[in-house]
Amino acid sequence: MHEWALAEAVVSTVSQIAEKEGLKEVAEVKIKVGELQQIELEILEFALSQLKALKLKNTKFSIQKVRAELKCRVCGHKWIFRKEKMNEEVAEAIHFIPEIAHTYIKCIKCGSRDFEILEGRGIWLESIKGVK
Amino acid sequence: MVDPRIGIIEERLKGINNIIAVSSGKGGVGKSLIASTLALTLARRDYKVGLFDLDFTSPSTHVILGVKGLQPKEEKGIIPPQVHGLRYMSIVYYSGEYASPLRGADISNALIELLAITRWNNLDFLIIDMPPGISDAILDIIRLIKRIKFLIVTTPSRLAFETVRKLTDLLSELGIPVIGAVENMKMKESQFIQQQVERRGITFLGEVRFDTMLEEAIGNVNKLSATQFGKKIQEIANILEP
Ligand SMILES: Nc1ncnc2c1ncn2[C@@H]1O[C@H](COP(=O)(O)OP(=O)(O)OP(=O)(O)O)[C@@H](O)[C@H]1O
Ligand SMILES: [Mg+2]
Ligand SMILES: [Zn+2]
Repeated sequence: MHEWALAEAVVSTVSQIAEKEGLKEVAEVKIKVGELQQIELEILEFALSQLKALKLKNTKFSIQKVRAELKCRVCGHKWIFRKEKMNEEVAEAIHFIPEIAHTYIKCIKCGSRDFEILEGRGIWLESIKGVK
Repeated sequence: MVDPRIGIIEERLKGINNIIAVSSGKGGVGKSLIASTLALTLARRDYKVGLFDLDFTSPSTHVILGVKGLQPKEEKGIIPPQVHGLRYMSIVYYSGEYASPLRGADISNALIELLAITRWNNLDFLIIDMPPGISDAILDIIRLIKRIKFLIVTTPSRLAFETVRKLTDLLSELGIPVIGAVENMKMKESQFIQQQVERRGITFLGEVRFDTMLEEAIGNVNKLSATQFGKKIQEIANILEP
């Protein structure tokens, strides 16, 4: 359940931003979640709903999935990461540290492990809407 | 776009009294052995100690400690397992025995991830085994761990010290505390390193002789503590105690 730890990170960061911007209340937070990290959205949503701090009590968290696109730095081939192709242990290791993908995944064209995660790595905050 | 992980790092580390990076700039000078032995020593003195292997591409503390088949517990994050009385965290739990070829940005990302999700709880000391180089890992811990202190390792060689001095210059420019410097693998008498270190206002923590028995002790913590090397590190550990 490391979704819980990430949810805490989201709530803590949003609270810090709300404080800094002098927001009375946070109306909406848009979160993007990359598929490489295979975050369980239900758990993340549940954790967020449990963790809502004072200023976030009415906040709507909109979560959007982003597919994980990888690009080989050697031959330029691009592909999409698919969890279904992984064995469970490997998928779990990548879940905890997405960079572990370099340990277990190779470019399907040239065999290189030197690839770039173009998008869809982990979790990030796209926007925060607040009431001043 | 905001990375939400950064905002929780301080919170994750708030129960730790001392965060010490064992660092050098130079490679192969004994950082991992010193970091591991120091952590073990403090744990045996009943302090709560964590050891964090930050050398993601070439981790080695698990070999020194003889750690095998361990996995961290998941509980609203990751709880580092207890090994020989210390809380131990390494990327090897996830990379296993395979290579993890990572570029700088990946190293940063993995570091941020682990700092954001690892629950160390209360510790007297967190010892961090740093990779060689004055690059991503050092820049990131300086950026992300405001309370970081450095313990510097060098060898008697001018070649090692040439890099070490650049690291200490950088740290002093940034006002980051340096606990002191250890001269490791000493083979013959010379005051060169001690003088150079003290000239820069850094505490000279002592010299550790080259120990021909050390290799045999790798993987066995009791043997390691009993070596000349182990005994010297125990002496140096006194300086870290409150
Ligand atoms: N005092 C010593 N006497 C004999 N051998 C030593 C001593 N200190 C370290 N070594 C040996 O030197 C080698 C390098 O040690 P270690 O891996 O701890 O260095 P490091 O600084 O962590 O290296 P890296 O920069 O690759 O992380 C190891 O084989 C270790 O056993
Ligand atoms: Mg090392
Ligand atoms: Zn390729």
